[in-house]
Amino acid sequence: MVNLKINNIPVAVEEGTTILDAARKLNFRIPTLCYHPDLSIAGNCRVCVVEVKGARLLAAACATPVADGMEVMTNSEKVRSARKHVVELLLSEHNADCTKCIKNGKCELQELASEYRIGDHVFLDLVKEECKIADISSPAIAKDDSKCIRCQRCVRTCSELQNVNALAVIAKGDHQHIGTFLDKPMHEVVCTNCGQCINRCPTAALSERTYIDQVWDAINDPEKHVVVQTAPAVRIALGEELGFDPGVRVTGKMVAALRNLGFNSVLDTDFTADLTIMEEGTELLTRLKLALVDKKEDVALPMFTSCSPGWIKYIEHMYPTLLNNLSTCKSPQQMFGSLAKTYYPQKKGIDPKNIYSVSIMPCTAKKFECERPEMRDSGYQDVDVVLTTRELAMMIKQAGIDFMKLEDQKCDSLMGDSTGAAVIFGATGGVMEAAIRTAYEIVTGREIPFENLNITPVRGMEGVKEASLKIEGCVPDWSFLEGAELKVAIAHGLANAKILMDAVRDGKAAYHFIEVMACPGGCLGGGGQPIPTSLEIRQKRTEAIYAEDEGMPVRKSHENPEITQIYEEFLGKPLGHKSHELLHTHYKKRERY
Amino acid sequence: MSTKKVDIIFDAGCAIIDVLDKGLAMSKDEVINEIINSGLKGRGGAGFPTGLKWKFAASEQSDKKYIICNADEGEPGTFKDREILTKVPEKVFVGMALCSYAVGAEEGYIYLRGEYNYLLKDLQPKIDIFNNQMQQRGHKFIIKVKSGSGAYVCGEETSLMESMEGKRGEPRNKPPFPTVAGYNGKPTVINNVETLVYTTMIIRMGSNDFKALGTADSSGSKVFSVSGDTPNAGIFELELGMKLNEFVEEWGDGDTKAVQVGGASGHCVPRKNFDKTIIGFEGIPTGGSMMIFNSSRSMYNVLKNYLEFFVEESCGQCTPCRVGCQQLLKGIEAIKKGEKSPAYLEDLKKLAESMKIAAKCGLGQSVANPFISIADNFKEEIIY
Repeated sequence: MVNLKINNIPVAVEEGTTILDAARKLNFRIPTLCYHPDLSIAGNCRVCVVEVKGARLLAAACATPVADGMEVMTNSEKVRSARKHVVELLLSEHNADCTKCIKNGKCELQELASEYRIGDHVFLDLVKEECKIADISSPAIAKDDSKCIRCQRCVRTCSELQNVNALAVIAKGDHQHIGTFLDKPMHEVVCTNCGQCINRCPTAALSERTYIDQVWDAINDPEKHVVVQTAPAVRIALGEELGFDPGVRVTGKMVAALRNLGFNSVLDTDFTADLTIMEEGTELLTRLKLALVDKKEDVALPMFTSCSPGWIKYIEHMYPTLLNNLSTCKSPQQMFGSLAKTYYPQKKGIDPKNIYSVSIMPCTAKKFECERPEMRDSGYQDVDVVLTTRELAMMIKQAGIDFMKLEDQKCDSLMGDSTGAAVIFGATGGVMEAAIRTAYEIVTGREIPFENLNITPVRGMEGVKEASLKIEGCVPDWSFLEGAELKVAIAHGLANAKILMDAVRDGKAAYHFIEVMACPGGCLGGGGQPIPTSLEIRQKRTEAIYAEDEGMPVRKSHENPEITQIYEEFLGKPLGHKSHELLHTHYKKRERY
Repeated sequence: MSTKKVDIIFDAGCAIIDVLDKGLAMSKDEVINEIINSGLKGRGGAGFPTGLKWKFAASEQSDKKYIICNADEGEPGTFKDREILTKVPEKVFVGMALCSYAVGAEEGYIYLRGEYNYLLKDLQPKIDIFNNQMQQRGHKFIIKVKSGSGAYVCGEETSLMESMEGKRGEPRNKPPFPTVAGYNGKPTVINNVETLVYTTMIIRMGSNDFKALGTADSSGSKVFSVSGDTPNAGIFELELGMKLNEFVEEWGDGDTKAVQVGGASGHCVPRKNFDKTIIGFEGIPTGGSMMIFNSSRSMYNVLKNYLEFFVEESCGQCTPCRVGCQQLLKGIEAIKKGEKSPAYLEDLKKLAESMKIAAKCGLGQSVANPFISIADNFKEEIIY
């Protein structure tokens, strides 16, 4: 233990603790900007400087380990003066049009400016006019350099968590900025649209492209029948934007709010998550059969999940030789989209051209995905517009809905039924767990041998997880799998995906099935989720997801009654002709530069 | 009184390889203790005691350690390292080899300023010969060259190491210091070119003879790069501890109004303080640059020139340096144009004081030196 004094109060902390953490132990908050609990320490904003007795320089509290006998002052005259200067300097290069800003009220710089009572700018305005034009080339992410304070949280996110490196520090001195390769527009670079940078940007230098107005227009258009789908991870995080603590489930309130907003039909992405399990599970079993029974050599195994559009774009850029390993299944959002303009209007007697399809996603990459040219199998753009969890919260606020007091409601029927298996798509390992619950039962005719259906080995926050399951007692159709050991792996966060992909590429991975989610924690940590994010918050959301699962009357995708219905009435069978037409797609190689 | 010229650095009166053999015949501790006893402080400008640095690195347990010669001579007005590497590179190599012996390193790098790449034509063959000589002696040590790309900040030791690792040249957080985790995260001694030559010469002449020169705080001598309004610009090795008026008497043109000691990041001393200013660690330390200005010079232009340099050469990583430098430059321009009141200069000085203690590395911290010393001593020239 190290003994030191902070503001004259003695404290003992473990060796290696930073001044920042030691001060927190004593309930002294030291402001930070470039610090983020998910990232390495940068120590570049200097807003956390503190005075250490006897030292010539102030120390960055986030980057300085404690030492025995250290005497730290977190609020001395010197500290206050330097810290105020730092905030003033940041404001002088920041486009402070706060009232017009999407982060108004949620900006970390604004908060500090308010704490330090920065009134009139003391210093000269350094914002360059040319920076005030945001890059909105990407359908998912807006990049506004005039708001950037160069904390490099986005750069570290893109590199450390995602290994994408779409954003980097460019140039030096007064030309230093955060940019892309050759400063190309965001839609021309390797950016996967995952939006993790947005979740960690302290200002609005990086934000999602918002499409709220388009949705209001559609709702107000009497010609339009507006359907809305909500992804599994939205319901366990939306509350954070509307006054609840992390980890509170607000499924019923969310449905009620959507109905109050005026959507004609409130449906559930969970339905197509279940459908994904039917299609993807069958696809996996088919690939295994081709490889093991028919001895075909060109069967691409392991098979990779394809639910996460950030992951899809990543593999298209980084591992194009492995594209055949991807499941051909569209993501649940896009399966929903193509059915919402085929099956749904057919059953409801609506002209599909009048359907306006909105999805509420924890994700920014979905905004890109819905605009992919492949996603028009219904004859229209299958999903018209994607809003994030944050944007939905904004709509609810705009509509004056007292969210906390809403009575729970249920989704409309036809594409509104879901199962516990679908809900867990929102957590890392969830797709795998849902797939195993169904595939094992198809192959053996029995439930999976895990207590209460909870496949705990595939759960949790470990970056790369592995599990295996011995298959015994197969039904006759699947007897070729008798005694086989199904090996699976799961990665969340693209830096972890890289570990698995390198192993697969080098022939060092003996897996059958790999689940990858682009975002840390899975969709519950998605780029469209409430800010802030941290491991602790993501863990609370995870607990909520699994609680939601346990609370569902049906917990296996193949037992969703609407799934049985759609195969009987419309699709025929998994991987059938209609499925191929509407629910499956292909991917393309993309260049890295 | 007058300045005392010394001839240690460029002295050609001995076979340098004999010094190497003398050092290798000593114990490691003896080598380190000689350097500690000499009182030698880093000649790059920061002035950390060289022997202590070696001792710290020697005490680290590691499978690998590195010696780096900082030849990223980028401080405006400093041009001594180029001369040393041209005329007496073997003394640098021997210094590195002695250090490697003392701390237990097998690899050494000369981080050569990008603009000095033309030196390589002559330097590389000499390095090859030296590496051979080391091999013949059975002492495992090899010197390689890494080239910089022209960023001023890469003269800062941790930025230099980032650059060597192929990364963007930006300073690291300290601690850990390079002697604990430097290049590739391994214990590393990084010394200036001139410092390494002095270590060679201290082993040759003995620490007591070296210490006999200079003062208690500033032992030995130093190579000065003299430029500006002087009839006698060039490189001179002088005993440390001289008064600035002695220096000006010899190098000034009779009309000297100020001397910028230590380059753009150093201090500006006005005529009235020449007799009070000691050149050395007890007064104003310097990496060697002495820029002399006579009364025809506008100190506003001098300051503006320095600030333009810092605005461009800040790596941009930390707020105080990236934004602070721009505010100081634009601030004095605004005062000059009458867009800001003269009182704004006081705000800028306070900002400079914050930069001095809150910036991440020596670059941002030292901008306050020229700013405050010129703003204080030549206020009228800045304002009017």
